[in-house]
Amino acid sequence: MFGRKRKVEDFTSEIEAHIQLEIERLREQGLSEEEARAAARRTFGNVMHAEERFYESGRWPWWDHFWHDIRYGLRMLRKSPGFTAIAVLTIALGIGATTAIFSVVDAALLRPLPYPQPEQLVSIQDDLPGAGARDAGMSPPEWQDLQRSGIFEYVSPTWFDENNLTGSSQPARVRVLIVAPNYFALLGVKPQLGRAFHPEDHTPGMMLEVLISDGLWKRAFGGDPHILDKSVRMDTDLYRIVGVMPAGFDAPGRITEERNIEVWAATSFYGAPMPDHPPRNRRNLPTAIARLKPGLTIAAAQSRLDGLVASLQKEYPADYPLQSGWTVRLAPLKERVVGNVRQSLMLLLGAVGLVLLIGCVNLANLLLARASARGREMAVRRALGSARKRLMSQLLTESLLLSLLGGIFGLAILFGTKAFLLRLVPDSLPRLNEVTINWVVLLFALIASLLSGVIFGLAPALHAGRVDLTHALKEATRGATGSGQQARTRRVLVVTEFALSLVLMIAAGLLLRSFRDLLNVQLGFNPQSVMTVRTRLPYPNDPTTDIYRTPAQEAAFFREILRRAGTLPGVEEVALGDTASIPLDQSLRDLKLISEGQFLFMLEGHDICSDQPAVVGRSSVTPEYFHLLGIPLLRGRLFNELDAENAPQVAVINEAFARAYWPGQDSLGKRFKSTRAESPWITVAGIIPNARTESLAEASVPQIYLDVYQTGAKRLAILLRGHLDTAATAELVREQVQSVDPTLPVSGAQTLNETVSASLSERRFSMQIVALFALTALLLAGLGIYGVISYMVSERTHEIGIRLALGAQRRNILRMVMRLGLGLAVAGAAVGLVGALIVSRLMAGVLYGVRPTDPLTFAGVAFLLIGVALLACYIPARRAIRVDPLVALRHE
Amino acid sequence: MSTQDNRERLELLQGTLDLLILRTLIFGSQHGQGIARAIQETSEKELLVEHGALYPALQRLEERGWISAKWGISSNNRKARFYALTAAGRKQLVRETTKWKRLAKAIARIIGPESAEG
Repeated sequence: MFGRKRKVEDFTSEIEAHIQLEIERLREQGLSEEEARAAARRTFGNVMHAEERFYESGRWPWWDHFWHDIRYGLRMLRKSPGFTAIAVLTIALGIGATTAIFSVVDAALLRPLPYPQPEQLVSIQDDLPGAGARDAGMSPPEWQDLQRSGIFEYVSPTWFDENNLTGSSQPARVRVLIVAPNYFALLGVKPQLGRAFHPEDHTPGMMLEVLISDGLWKRAFGGDPHILDKSVRMDTDLYRIVGVMPAGFDAPGRITEERNIEVWAATSFYGAPMPDHPPRNRRNLPTAIARLKPGLTIAAAQSRLDGLVASLQKEYPADYPLQSGWTVRLAPLKERVVGNVRQSLMLLLGAVGLVLLIGCVNLANLLLARASARGREMAVRRALGSARKRLMSQLLTESLLLSLLGGIFGLAILFGTKAFLLRLVPDSLPRLNEVTINWVVLLFALIASLLSGVIFGLAPALHAGRVDLTHALKEATRGATGSGQQARTRRVLVVTEFALSLVLMIAAGLLLRSFRDLLNVQLGFNPQSVMTVRTRLPYPNDPTTDIYRTPAQEAAFFREILRRAGTLPGVEEVALGDTASIPLDQSLRDLKLISEGQFLFMLEGHDICSDQPAVVGRSSVTPEYFHLLGIPLLRGRLFNELDAENAPQVAVINEAFARAYWPGQDSLGKRFKSTRAESPWITVAGIIPNARTESLAEASVPQIYLDVYQTGAKRLAILLRGHLDTAATAELVREQVQSVDPTLPVSGAQTLNETVSASLSERRFSMQIVALFALTALLLAGLGIYGVISYMVSERTHEIGIRLALGAQRRNILRMVMRLGLGLAVAGAAVGLVGALIVSRLMAGVLYGVRPTDPLTFAGVAFLLIGVALLACYIPARRAIRVDPLVALRHE
Repeated sequence: MSTQDNRERLELLQGTLDLLILRTLIFGSQHGQGIARAIQETSEKELLVEHGALYPALQRLEERGWISAKWGISSNNRKARFYALTAAGRKQLVRETTKWKRLAKAIARIIGPESAEG
């Protein structure tokens, strides 16, 4: 069809040839040139008509109509710049915001992980539901079993650690991931420089080769191109750098720390410094990732794995008591990386989508108002023979033009503010560096724009199709043609807008209340004027070179640090603990899991085999810790000088622990121990009240505090109380720590209030965004109802004039107008409440302290919305009562 | 649009123009003006063919593939677009002719010989 299309010129010249031939024939019959020409034209008939018919049969009229509509639409938009600006801006903000959130959703949730054949990548998680332990880690023999199972191409445990990198100007804390040598082969990534580990390397102990991240390469080594084979010292051990990973390579970790790895070290997980024959039940490998054999689905792999687990349980009944219910779970690796942000992201996308929808409804209303102003134009065009369909497509084209312009503008805003917006996102969001405006995002923006154009353009277009000619042309002299039908549509639109806004505002209200409740919870400890500084003791591969080998050796260091820190200006109290003892430290709470697995223990007096090992929070602290944090002692005693390395181990537990494991008994003097074979019994010496040290949202998590002089600790937190300048004090602490041991890194200075606040950062982020969206929605709804009521008042000026002339009270007029607005607002609120009930139930997971149907929030928000509606109606209502009957009637 | 001297001529029935064009082309390719003339003269000037109306019909037939067209030189040395019958067009002509004859016969039977004269 394409090639056969004839040009109009070709057709025209054919007709010219025809007429010429006819003239010549007539001339041969003896007519004069003039007569012949006239006769030829006469017999041919209407040339224009023939051409028109050729045109309509031969080409795509809709294409020309389309272009015509676009040109006409652009002209119309130019003619009313105010309206165009408002409409384009509304859509631009809506599309910009929606696309921004979508780009994050796309990067985090939609796109597969950036490794080859990502569908084969899984995370392996060991659960002991009988012990209440999820993700309890695995033991090296279990890892070997999985390797040999034939289910996986590769399996690699990952063990997060922080190390002291020395050799550069300042000892630095680096994030290290200890992996199996097959780790990089498993992920299918290659270094940008050098080589990866040999996947089949089975050297016992730590391999003395490391790969470093692009970031560390540039920061610590100035991007040295001859970095390969250079040595770095980590925890006093020398490692050879064999490769540099490319920029933008992120480890597939669950938390930020674990994703921003700087050094990868490999080990076979047995042989010094690890045991040569690690026991089966010592789950010291916190977590593992694997690549399935090609062609194996996760479900198929899982069922084979279940078989393997069952046979292992039969083979080693002592290691796997049935009560613990050991299971090994496979999940897509992506779930591990982004699983816990899915709900928040979907909430944000939903919220922003609602805002866009509300914006569209608002525009539909504006367009309807304009359509009635253009009613005369439409009526005249209809009268002149424009097809109904053509008029509708004309209006729809105008709407689409608006929405596309808005979309383009919105994308422009997004491009312009991208860097700024990304800084607002909490960096705990996974795959943040993958957020780009790619073609999927652009396509989304395009579809969203087109869809909004159709949504807000449909009502006006349908109305234009229904114009009643006689009525419209007659009415046109009065400048308005708002039919009853149209007024009804506008009211429906306002009600919709109110309903949508109410849903969004209730969502925001619930989040706000959750957040406020979280801020106001009784912490159970006092974070005021407390700050923390972190350091870390080395953990050399060769134990004989370790100057902090025993708790007693560490104790000397701890005492020296406490003494020195206590003399710093402004410091009133000092305590030490492992980093797990920092209350509410979000990253480190998870870090404990990814670096140590969970603390499994058993109680004395229970048969070891049948007993369920249990999991609790555990930290090691100095005796000063409790007083410094304002945690009182309920019963028993706190730690004292006598609790030294060789003395029997003691513990301070919280009430939740006592109640969970010795219900109805006196827990003082009771004993428990870690499930690790060689660990000693620990006696409960004291009981303290519950404090929200694990999470603001959880009031009573069982907790064990051990004496750090007995347990030792590598990752240390120095807690200081007093009137302190955080930065200056941190610098002083660094000086003091490094004057004791210059190889130790000092980092992470933060006030405890900051830590508490940071633990809410993700909640705060989604709450703020949703609240912002809700405010926008409220504003749009207010504008919407204002527009409708104003329009109604201006339409009824005449009627109001008559009423006033006949003696109506202005008060009554005011009441009449307000009642109209109130009716719309109440109807909208009623519909919205139903919607909100559905939405709030979906939100239950992100709420704290409030029920999803919290009556106070529901009622409060509904009243707020109605209040805003009344305010928005009051302005046009005032105008109504100021109508001068004389003017209104003369206007007629 | 028709002129006075054409008044007594017959207007073409809907759909018959296609048939006449195809029929005319059976004697070989011809340009638009030639077709128009041929129809008028063969019908002994009984039929009124507005030349302009011919072209949409030609366009339509060409699109259906019943006739083909190319530019050529007329007998008096003028450039003109010549139309020729295609194989499909020939078949169509047979179909249309049969249909037309049946129709004409049927109508003639209803109207009867007497009224035809009146």
